Amino acid sequence: MPTFTEVLRQSYAERPEQVALYLLQNGQPDCPLTYHSLLQGAAAYAQAYQQNGIQPGEVVILILQHGRDLINAFFGAVLHGAIPSIMPFLTEKLLPERYRADLAALVAITRPAALVTYPDFEAEVRAALHPDDSVRTVIVSDQVALSVEPDFASLGGLRRSPQDIVLLQHSSGTTGLQKGVALSHQAVFNQLENYSQTLRLVPQDVVVSWLPLYHDMGLIAGFLMPILLQTPLVLMSPFEWVRAPYKLMQAVSRYRGTLSWLPNFAYNFCAQKVRERDLQDVDLSSWRAVSNCSEPMRWESQQAFLERFAPYGLRPEALTTCYAMAENVFAVSQGGLDGPVTVDEIDRDAFQTERLARPAQPARPSIKILSAGRPLANTRLKIVSEHGKELPERVVGEVALQSDCMLTGYYHRADADEKALRAGWFLTGDYGYLAGGELYVVGRKKDLIIVGGRNIYPLDLETLAMEVPGVHAGRVSAFGVFNDESGTEDVVIVAEVDILDPDERQRISDNIRIAINRGSAVALRSVYLVGQHWLVKTSSGKNARLANRDKYLAEIKGA
Amino acid sequence: MTDDIQSVLAQQIAADILKQPGRKLKSDEALISSGLIDSFHLVDLALYVEDQFGVRIDDSELSAATFDNLNELAALIQERQG
Repeated sequence: MPTFTEVLRQSYAERPEQVALYLLQNGQPDCPLTYHSLLQGAAAYAQAYQQNGIQPGEVVILILQHGRDLINAFFGAVLHGAIPSIMPFLTEKLLPERYRADLAALVAITRPAALVTYPDFEAEVRAALHPDDSVRTVIVSDQVALSVEPDFASLGGLRRSPQDIVLLQHSSGTTGLQKGVALSHQAVFNQLENYSQTLRLVPQDVVVSWLPLYHDMGLIAGFLMPILLQTPLVLMSPFEWVRAPYKLMQAVSRYRGTLSWLPNFAYNFCAQKVRERDLQDVDLSSWRAVSNCSEPMRWESQQAFLERFAPYGLRPEALTTCYAMAENVFAVSQGGLDGPVTVDEIDRDAFQTERLARPAQPARPSIKILSAGRPLANTRLKIVSEHGKELPERVVGEVALQSDCMLTGYYHRADADEKALRAGWFLTGDYGYLAGGELYVVGRKKDLIIVGGRNIYPLDLETLAMEVPGVHAGRVSAFGVFNDESGTEDVVIVAEVDILDPDERQRISDNIRIAINRGSAVALRSVYLVGQHWLVKTSSGKNARLANRDKYLAEIKGA
Repeated sequence: MTDDIQSVLAQQIAADILKQPGRKLKSDEALISSGLIDSFHLVDLALYVEDQFGVRIDDSELSAATFDNLNELAALIQERQG
């Protein structure tokens, strides 16, 4: 079993002039990076880590935007034998003090030896640090050489073993909720070997991705897999894609892209927001698998995408599905490669009241569930009850998995390991059922909100809302409500407020919006102010978010 | 003139982007840096401005650095309408 550095060294030696990736950046010509230039750029960062006294096995946090520096700093850490972890960059709406607090929480748990950022962001980053924390140095990008000849014999990365941790992937969330998924070289390669077989990856494939690299889908499927397996990658920034979704179509057409991964909302987004004139001469017939992944998948979203882009060559069989999570490196199952994605039509009432996925009966209400496909060859799935008992086919329960590509653990979070791992099985927190060997994911056990593929912890949002004057601690509930038009969840906040004056209530409502919009990665869609004792609590007095969501939906519907 | 543009924009943003038709937007109220219009909706704004006013806003201009409130957006539209 190899390590990242050995594989990269091999590409450098054997295929120096092959393009590893094409970097697409606004207003600039597409920038092809060969393995030669990729490794030279990475070696420059490896040298910087070395000169700054970073030891192999130590964590470095990368606070950089999508682009050359981020790529070099990431692979440079790998070459040096350090453990890279990418932190989302500050967006223009997020309050700098909130960003600082998130960074400080990340530093406290992950205990990195260094942070890497841009010269004009250095002061911001330093403001989050304390003299007694783990960070010994802030490496500034303009002090790093542009390219250095890699001296593999001296690189710490070559002395790492396959069982060593190669990278951390951080879920979003603030203090106490930060979980860095620690992955070994071996786990990543086991995933890539199995997933590339499932995908039937061939040298003619071209991956096109706009996904962020701090997320498993972007980091593994849209970055590491193609680069490590020598499949050309076309990479654009999520920041640019969200402002110009047509650029994805143009890139696929220009580079004859074959593989992409998209969160469900992106199907709606592209179908609704791409102009005809931006599709002139676009040919999407090369796309052979566009995998819907990382948030609940909707048949309707895929259909809208197909209808919009079929005239431009998109083939129906290119619509595929995938169930994935960082804890399994990435993919758990994949659907749609051996024929169309199975759509399971089940009886609605049996599903809602008995948690059974019984095949639909004529003349009875039914719902369509998209299959997430079959598990990867190295991954076993079972559905378990609340008490951990394995459930039969077509009974809804929690999805549990076991594989040879599971996480080493949550970094410095033994408490989180204990909750999620049972006798070698990882409990995903997702509800689903198995039928005919295929997995159907139908809901979530955990109170997680997923907006545009991004995981949001309701407690983080509730904490922000509680800071608003007029709102009280323990009297706020945050949850997600699926929006059919956007194909993702809208965030809703329900808050109990004692004040009766309508103007005052409007002001509180506005302030809650501001607090959430500027304090988190999401935009708040609805604030629902209620009176005392409205919120439902569990028997132990905790916020019953799902019950509050149901109550909210019932009231909104009735109104 | 920019007053008309502003009021049309304000209504459209409140109804279609914020989904709060009654919401009043002040002409100097921050739209992008405040997170009121999130990144998923910036492209909607560009499409709308083009359809309504016949003015193109390039995707690279969709940030608070170009315009961040109704005043600035209306001025930009008027300038491009020539």
